[in-house]
This record gives sequence, C-alpha cells and structure tokens, in this order.
Amino acid sequence: MITVKQLKKRFAKLEALKGVDVSFEPGEVTAVLGPNGAGKTTLIKSILGLVRPDSGIITFDGKELNGDYTYRERIGYMPQQARYPENLTVKEILEMIRDLRNYPEVQDEELITMFNLQSEMNKPFKTLSGGNKQKMSAVLAFLFCPDVLFLDEPTAGLDPIASSKLKDKIITEKKKGKTIILTSHIMSEIQELADKVVYLLEGNLHFVTTVDSLLDDTGQPNLERALASKLEGVAA
Amino acid sequence: MGIPPNYLIPSITELPKTQGVNTMKVLINIILMGAVLAFLPGLAAADGEITVGERSFTSLSEAVSYASDGDTVWVDGGEHTDTPLLIEHEIALIGLNNPVIDAQHQGEVIRVNANNVLIEGFTITGSESSHIRDNAAIRFDRVTDGIVRNNILDDNFFGIYLARAHRTQVLDNKLTAYGTREATSANGIHAWYTNDLLIRGNTIKGHRDGIYLEYVEDSEILRNEAEGNIRYGLHFMFSNDCVYNGNTFRNNGAGTAVMYSENVDMHYNLFLDNWGSSSYGMLLKDMRDSRITHNQFIRNTAAIRIDGSSRMEVENNRFRENGWAIRILANSPDNHFTKNDFINNAFDVATNSRRAYSTFDKNYWSHYSGYDLDGDGYGDVPYRPVRLFSLIVEQNSTALILLRSIFIDLLDIAERVVPVLTPETLIDENPLMKEVNR
Amino acid sequence: MSTTKIIKYQLQDVFRSKWVWAYALFFFAVTEALFQFGGDGDRVITSMMNVVLLVIPLISIVLGAMYLYNSREYIELLLCQPVKRSSLFFGLFSGVTVPLSVAFTVGVAVPFLMRGSEIGSILFLVITGILLTVIFVAMAFGLALSFEDRIKGLGIALILWLFFTVIYDGIILLIIYSFSDYPLQQPVIILSMLNPVDLGRILLLLNYDISALMGFTGAVFQRFFGSLAGQSISITAMLLWLAIPFWLGRRAFLRRNF
Repeated sequence: MITVKQLKKRFAKLEALKGVDVSFEPGEVTAVLGPNGAGKTTLIKSILGLVRPDSGIITFDGKELNGDYTYRERIGYMPQQARYPENLTVKEILEMIRDLRNYPEVQDEELITMFNLQSEMNKPFKTLSGGNKQKMSAVLAFLFCPDVLFLDEPTAGLDPIASSKLKDKIITEKKKGKTIILTSHIMSEIQELADKVVYLLEGNLHFVTTVDSLLDDTGQPNLERALASKLEGVAA
Repeated sequence: MGIPPNYLIPSITELPKTQGVNTMKVLINIILMGAVLAFLPGLAAADGEITVGERSFTSLSEAVSYASDGDTVWVDGGEHTDTPLLIEHEIALIGLNNPVIDAQHQGEVIRVNANNVLIEGFTITGSESSHIRDNAAIRFDRVTDGIVRNNILDDNFFGIYLARAHRTQVLDNKLTAYGTREATSANGIHAWYTNDLLIRGNTIKGHRDGIYLEYVEDSEILRNEAEGNIRYGLHFMFSNDCVYNGNTFRNNGAGTAVMYSENVDMHYNLFLDNWGSSSYGMLLKDMRDSRITHNQFIRNTAAIRIDGSSRMEVENNRFRENGWAIRILANSPDNHFTKNDFINNAFDVATNSRRAYSTFDKNYWSHYSGYDLDGDGYGDVPYRPVRLFSLIVEQNSTALILLRSIFIDLLDIAERVVPVLTPETLIDENPLMKEVNR
Repeated sequence: MSTTKIIKYQLQDVFRSKWVWAYALFFFAVTEALFQFGGDGDRVITSMMNVVLLVIPLISIVLGAMYLYNSREYIELLLCQPVKRSSLFFGLFSGVTVPLSVAFTVGVAVPFLMRGSEIGSILFLVITGILLTVIFVAMAFGLALSFEDRIKGLGIALILWLFFTVIYDGIILLIIYSFSDYPLQQPVIILSMLNPVDLGRILLLLNYDISALMGFTGAVFQRFFGSLAGQSISITAMLLWLAIPFWLGRRAFLRRNF
C-alpha cells in the first residue's frame, strides 16, 4: 500500500532519516518503533505530507507522492495530542471535517456510540476532558473508513474500557484489509495489535520483522523482552 | 468743491466719519434725487440711449464731454467702446439696465480727472494688461470725493485705481479678473497716497492683490470679500490709522500681508483656507501698536506670522485647524495674546528663539491637558504652546513629514517635562478651560 | 473551495473568542471617551489616528504570532486532511485578520454612527486600520513560521513593532539632521514609504489633518502626496507592504515541515 524508498531528511543540525526503505501492507498493523530521535515521527510525517523529504520516493497505492494532496482522502490520522478550534463544539468539528472531505457517503460512526460521545456533542472543544479529546480524535480517524490509518499513541489518556474498545476497533479494521501504522510506548499493546515491527535507529532502518518471528527467534515470553534481547544481540 | 453734488444719496450710516456731511444736506439730496428720478426720460428708453438733461447722445464719450459740473449722464444699457472715457467735470455717470463699457483690452477704460464724480451701475471691462502702464477699469488721479458704487468690473488689469484720491468711496462693486500669474495681473482695488477712503462691501476675485493700499491713512475697509486672488487678499504698507472690519479673505495665494504700519485696527475679519508653502492667514511685518481682535482664522497654513512687529494686541480671536496658529519671530517683542481660542492647530505657537519676548495669558488651548481642580476656570498647570517638534521643523522643514509620529510625540512629552530646547518662559500661566469666542 | 470552508469554520471559532470582543470594546471605549472629552468628530478622528497607528500594529503582530504558535497541532491535523496547504494558510490568515478588522471597525464606527456621522467621514481611518492589521498579521505569520521558539518569535515581534512605530522615525530624524545640507525631501519620502506605519500616518494626515503637511514646505511633499500619482504610489506601496509579507509567509508555510 505504501512504499518508502531511500527516504532522506535533514533538519538544520539533525539528520533525521538517512535513507530509509520500508513498506506498509494492507491487512497488517505495522508498529514503527525506535528510541526518541530515531526518525519515527519524521517518517510518518513524510508519508502524511507534513514533512518535505530531501530525497527518496514515497508511493501510495502505487502512485508517487508529488505534492497532490488528494491521497489524504484515504488516510485517517489520529495524533498523539489533538487540538481543534477551541470554541467549536464536537458536533461542529465533525461537521467541519466532513465538509472538508466533501461529505463522503460511507461514514463509520460506530466509535461515537462505542465511546458514548453523543452527550458531548454540543460542548465546545476546550471544555472536553483529555480522554474525550482523545476519543474524538479516534472517531475522526475512523469516520471516513480510510484505507490507511495512522495511529500515534492511540490509547494514551484513554480509560481501560475505551482503550480496549479502540483496540477491538483496530483489529476489526485490520481484518477488513486496512493498512494500519501504529506507534506506541506500550509494548504489550504492540504485541497485541501489531503484525510487523519496523525498528528505526539513528535515522536508519534497524530491522523489520514480524512480531511472531521476533518472539520465536529470541524465545522470549513477550515483545518487550524479545526486543531487548534482539537489540542487545545486535549491539554485542 | 465743498458742495456735494445733488446726485449724492448715501445713507447716513454709509458715510465715512471723515466726510463731514451733515444730516440736513443728505435729506436735501434725497429729495432732489427723487425729483430727478420722477422726470426721468430714459427709463423706458431704447437700448443704449444716453441723456444729459434734455439732450440725447449716441456716443458715451460725447455725452460725457458735453456734461458740465453738476450734470448727470444717464446711460441706459448698450455696449460702449469709445474708450478711454475721460471725465473732466464733476458729474454723475449712472448706468441703467447694466450698460457695458468695454476697452477691448486697449489701454484704460475710465479716467476721472475731476472731483466729486460718481460712477454707478456699469459693467466695466477690458483694461489692457501692461508691464509699463497701470491701466485700470476706473482710475481716479489726483481728484477727491469720488464714489464708485454698484459696478461690475470684469476682466480688467487694475480694477479701481486711486492715486492721491482722498475721500473716495468704493462701495459694493464686484471685481473679477482671470489672471494666473502675478506678472500679468494687477490689483483689484489699488490705492496710493490716498487718505480717508471708504472701501466697503466689494467682492474681489482673481486679481493679483484683492485690495492694495500704500501710504493710505485714516481709511476704513469694511465687509469686503477677497477670494482666490493670486497673491494677497489684502496687502497694505505704510498705511497708518486704518480700520479693517468684517472682511473675508479666503483662499488667496499668500493670504494677507500687513506691513510697515502702525495704529491699525483689524476686527471681526475672517481668514479662511489660505494654503500654500509660503502662505498665511495674516503676515504682520514691521507693524506697531495695532489691535487684532475678534477675527477668525480657519485652515490657514500659518494663521498669523509675525516678523519684526511689536506692541500688537491680539485678543479674542479664534484659531482653528491651522498648520501654525502663531509663528512669531524673536525680532517681535511686546506682543500680547489673550482670550484667544486655539483649536486643533498642528502647532499652536512656533518661534525661532529660546527666549520669549511676547506674552500669552488666559487663552484657550485645545491641546491643553491639565485640570482645573480649584474650579476658577483656569487650568492649574501652565500651558507651554511651543512644541519641540515645531522647533525642529523651524530648523529643518523636511522633518515635517514626521508630524504626528509617535516618536515625535514621545520627544515632545520628554521636552515638556524637562524643557531643554523650547522657550522656558513662553508660557500661558492661566490657560482657560473653556473656549471664549464660540 | 476548501479555502472558503476553512475560513468559515475559522471565523465561527474566532468570533466566539473573548479577545475579539475585548478588542472591539477597547476601540469603542477609546472612541467614546474621546467623544465625551473632546467633542466633535474631526477631533476624535485625529486623536484616533495615534491610537490606530500604535495599537493596531502591536495587537496584530503579537496576536497573529501567538495564534499561529497555538495552532500548531491544529494545523498538523488539518494538513492530514485532503486540504491544500495554500488554502489552509489563507484560511488561517483570514481567521485572524477578518475578526481583528471587524472588531476594530465596529469599535470605532459605532460611536460615530450613534452620533449620526456618515460612514464616509471615518472611511480612511478604517481602511488604514485594516491595512495595518493585515500587514502586521502577515509579518506575525512570517515570524511564527520562521522561529520555532515562541518566546523568541514573540520577542522579535515586539522589537519589530517598536522598530516600525518608534525607532524608524527616530532614524529618519537623525538622517534629516545629519544631512541637513542636502536636498532631502525626496529621500525622506522614499524612506517613509519603507515603513507601513509611516505610510499609514501620512495617508491619514493627508485625509484628515492636512493642516501642516499640505500647506508647508510645499514643493516636494505637496506635489508628491497631493498629486494623484503620489497618492497612487503611496497606496501601491501600502499594498506592496501587504503583499510581500503575505507572500513570504505563504511561501514559508508551503515549504515548512510540520
């Protein structure tokens, strides 16, 4: 679905990506991992069009990105921290995004009911609790049944019930054949959701592997330990 | 000479005080005039008919030369081009139905060489523009006691020219010229070495100077309007003891210039819209012991510019929306400004010195921001009408482009707190809280 | 298409903010107070001149920068929607300039209209105010897009404001004094065109308080600013002041990595 070839990006002092090759496939949840400053955010933002890469090619469904913004109609993005116009109500914000997307016919409002957001509809955004803001973000990411989902720390700030509902939703969508790209600090969550792990280190692609083979190869009981042992092994 | 001719019918109030005509004579005159009018043959006469007594003429110049002292030449309409018209006798020349006398831009139009001449009711036009001759529509030369009344003077070089023509009265005439350059146009009402004039109710437009007086004394200039003249609306020099009341000077090239004279009274005049790089409402140059009161100065570049003048009493005037209300040079001592209203002028007072030689007291200043806590009608803090910026501009006119800049305002505030450059003693100690001359 | 949509929702949001109304109220209060103390409309307009020249650049540049800094996450979010960057930039820009201009206009106009003045009498004051708003918001956007650190960005915004409203004229005065032996009127006219606040001031002077500028040292000033050509050049310069920061900001926005 998405392929990235030799992606390079340099910020003033920092070489964020030093030539990364990676691809994201439909029907898979891919976790992008790595320490802070490894280039995760830059990679994702490059695909989203927020960052202009210096060189390299990104293709989306076989088409190279060239500044045309319409491919984003097929992307749902759930940021780590969402901010919308403060004085607009939840309803108005939903309306705004629908409007900007020209009111697609198929809309998935399942999460609204799952999260019980109906009661919040007429509240201005600035009065929402952190959890509700996060829920709204999730609703918007899934609302237009996008082919590709970017989920940046999706469960951060969510209560356990909402968190597990969201995970269920992610798995459902994956099964529908969606391409899902995920970042998270919670390894159990990644183990639970992800099929594949893309590990970045200092701007390079360190390794790509499936979660299953990672666990098998290292023989560790969970992803966190498996990763640790894999990284130590490489370092040694 | 001493006997007023029978056609003189001025009302009592119209008479200048210097004329010394008593009421009885005036009444007789009015009765006589009524008799003349009753037997007037020409009222329904044909166009261009000219009569003197029983006789008719076809040529105006013939009629005028036929008439002798005391006669009236009646001219009923028509266009008369037999100019220059020389008046050699003490006659009245009266136009009915607006007769026109046209010199067709050849020389002068009417020259009066006799005393006690009246010219009334004509349109007089076409005196020739010249660099050598002072061609006028009407010229009184070394003759006295004439009257020019209710005429229209259109497109002339000089309008009414008075040389040593004492006790002349110029009343209710309309003078219009169309000059564009000073060099090719001349003055509307021009008087030279002439005393005891009465110039009243005239309108003068488009001449070089509207009213020009040189060596004119004991005269009254009342309720005239000078508008759009190329140089000055009013210009006088070496003319002592004159009175200027109720005149309007509007939009003249350089405003009005008042020079080299003393004991002058200027009251209730209006100075309006005299804009230009070297223009002013009124220029006072080398004036002494005069009074300027109850005048209004509105939208002039400099309302009053004072140069080398002293002992002027400037009282109860209103200065509104002028560039400078007062520009006073240090060579002008002992002038007194009191009970004037200074409203929304870019600069209230500008001077070129750190010392103050004139006094300001009990004026109203719209820029004054103090308070009157004791309620006596005077601000509790003195007002300094000279801004630092006006000093800067005085030295360097280009700086004017910074007018109303915030930087300049800050400078002014600093200067007001600690005066370093502006005259310390130029202060109104008793600034009024309310306007006095509304 | 999407530009108008974004503007619509931006305005819906901003017009519910308190600061817009506070801003309108400020101008209303000042104008009203001037009427109470001073009296007639002409005087209020000339007094408002300085308020407009001082306050509008300050609020526009500070608020514009803060607004953009505070909208970072929102901008990222919208950029992940199928939205053109240039549309979003224009939307954000209008989202600040339109409310500020409307608030200013309403605040100033109401006291005049209440007293039966014609809107034409304050037209130039309003136009100049709006132009300055747009110019300084554009500068603010440029700053906020160039400096990641918002403290730094706001600091520079304040310095720019001080520079254009106060320091610049000090420099002009210095030049006038230093080179007083030379014919300076033309260079000074050009210098004053390089500062939008000076330009605004001169345009206002010409329309409301010609008292000194027109009458005085006539020659160059009068011929220049009084003439149609001069007026057109001044207005063109003002529009350039509007276009260039806007264009630079837009360019930075299009190229920027969020």
